[in-house]
Amino acid sequence: MRGNQWREYLWIVAVGVALIVALPSAIDTYTLTVLLVYAMLGLSLGLIWGFGGILCFGQAAFFGLGAYAYAISAINFGESTIPMLIAIIVPAAFAAILGAMMFYGRLADVYLGVITLVVTLIFYRFMNSTAGPEYMIGSARLGGFNGIPGFQTLNVPGYPDFYVWGDSLYYVVAVALLLVFLLVTWLLGSSFGRIAVGIRESETRMSLMGYDVRARKTVLFTVGAAIAGLSGAFFANWAEIVTPGLFSLPQSAEIIIWCIVGGLGTRIGPMVGAAGLSYLKFLLGQQSLVDNTLITGLILVLFVLFLPRGLVPAIVSVAGRVLTRRNRPSRRLRVRRAANG
Amino acid sequence: MAETVLETENLTMRFGGVVAADNVSFRLAARELRCLIGPNGAGKSTFFKCITGLLTPSDGRIFMRHEETTGWHPHEIASLGVGVKTQVPSVMDGLTVRENIWLAARRRHPVVEANRKTADMIERLELNAIAAADVGRLAHGERQQVELGIVAVGDPWLVLLDEPAAGMSAGDVERMVAIIRELNRSAAVIIVEHDMQFIRSIASTVTVFHQGSVLMEDHVDKVMSDETVRRVYLGKKG
Repeated sequence: MRGNQWREYLWIVAVGVALIVALPSAIDTYTLTVLLVYAMLGLSLGLIWGFGGILCFGQAAFFGLGAYAYAISAINFGESTIPMLIAIIVPAAFAAILGAMMFYGRLADVYLGVITLVVTLIFYRFMNSTAGPEYMIGSARLGGFNGIPGFQTLNVPGYPDFYVWGDSLYYVVAVALLLVFLLVTWLLGSSFGRIAVGIRESETRMSLMGYDVRARKTVLFTVGAAIAGLSGAFFANWAEIVTPGLFSLPQSAEIIIWCIVGGLGTRIGPMVGAAGLSYLKFLLGQQSLVDNTLITGLILVLFVLFLPRGLVPAIVSVAGRVLTRRNRPSRRLRVRRAANG
Repeated sequence: MAETVLETENLTMRFGGVVAADNVSFRLAARELRCLIGPNGAGKSTFFKCITGLLTPSDGRIFMRHEETTGWHPHEIASLGVGVKTQVPSVMDGLTVRENIWLAARRRHPVVEANRKTADMIERLELNAIAAADVGRLAHGERQQVELGIVAVGDPWLVLLDEPAAGMSAGDVERMVAIIRELNRSAAVIIVEHDMQFIRSIASTVTVFHQGSVLMEDHVDKVMSDETVRRVYLGKKG
């Protein structure tokens, strides 16, 4: 068991490093950076929805909170290390409070979706209405619909004048994503993760076993928000501006679409969905023949109709079938691995 | 008489104007096996849900091993060492048999110990052949067995079983009875059941519910031959 786990980590690092090195030869690093940021955001929802069964319509709220928390504190601190931590802590703390309210209030399913969605829209409306000069946090103006530009971007810790940008930003984001992925892998392999999956499957049974479902869901929700916050901070560094659009309805919906298309219940699916659909959107943005949203919508409909489990699970099951024909005895193992994502 | 492990004091549950459980005072001794019977709507399930914490009684008190548990959450009650099997098998369909049982074992033990207890339980229930299969794909009887495994692996001192024999074949019922007997060696067991065959085969003290309250409490044979019980419950069957 232990040995297997180490082998899995090694595989992830090997494949991850290979991808980090190889990808820039296919796509420019500027575009890649934002794709990886979105992949991290997709992974955050993939974790809480796919493994915890918490359908959160408001993952964009944590993403936006992370971005704003970074921008505001970066202006105030004039360096980036502490702001990066704040960008993780603020959304996490907010999620802990929101999650506790929802889960201890026994809200589930559709109500949870509605509340998280409404929270996102409240942020959106509020941030849009902060154009006046009276909306200041420290020396940072919130700037309303214009957003916050001109904050200190990522620098080498301790050296505010050494900026991390361009190719270096890509590598930092990529390594961060790899670390987050390892963290998620470790979490899901741990008792905490297995219990979370149990809760996804049956809350009644898990509480009859003696698990405090409310507390566990709150913790998982918080972890998801922390990851979303981190990706928000990286987004802020990439875009060098944060705007209320981060909290918008399309942004929220998109994250959910990434997860559905990529494949829920896997770790890789939501990342592939996020990066893939964003890249497609980017490519489509360069032409004016067809509308972007039309294609995204079409893809979603096609997936729901023909590949309801998503891209990655479909590929895995096809690959599994092909391999079975060649090599029967190993099938069980493969299918089981696939099921574990 | 042995130590009392479960006691309810004037337990009452009202849903609006309907009194589903009316002033039920109930006592269960350690390692006792008790069946609850009664026609539909007699209040068995309501009583059951009040004990497990799924419902909070409108009135009255519940004690477990002399600790008052009225109004506790199901997970708090379960943490005391109470195992519950629900009417519709409540299992994790998307997970394997082993994972289902492991999750129950992990609640009370560290990982290594949980792994060992899980393996033991699978052995004991002869689930080896299906240990790696998803529970959702199993037959009804097997699912019931998995759920019993989940309950048993927690080493409970009080086991509550809601219709364990429902929808099972004769062979399955036989195995179920054997498992329950084994559980009963270390735990008090309450069984809510409709199947008289099953109750006879387990032969124990029976509490008869009728219109929300306890009609009678006695050994199974006496209960079966009682006129009132026959009239309200067995009625048509004679």
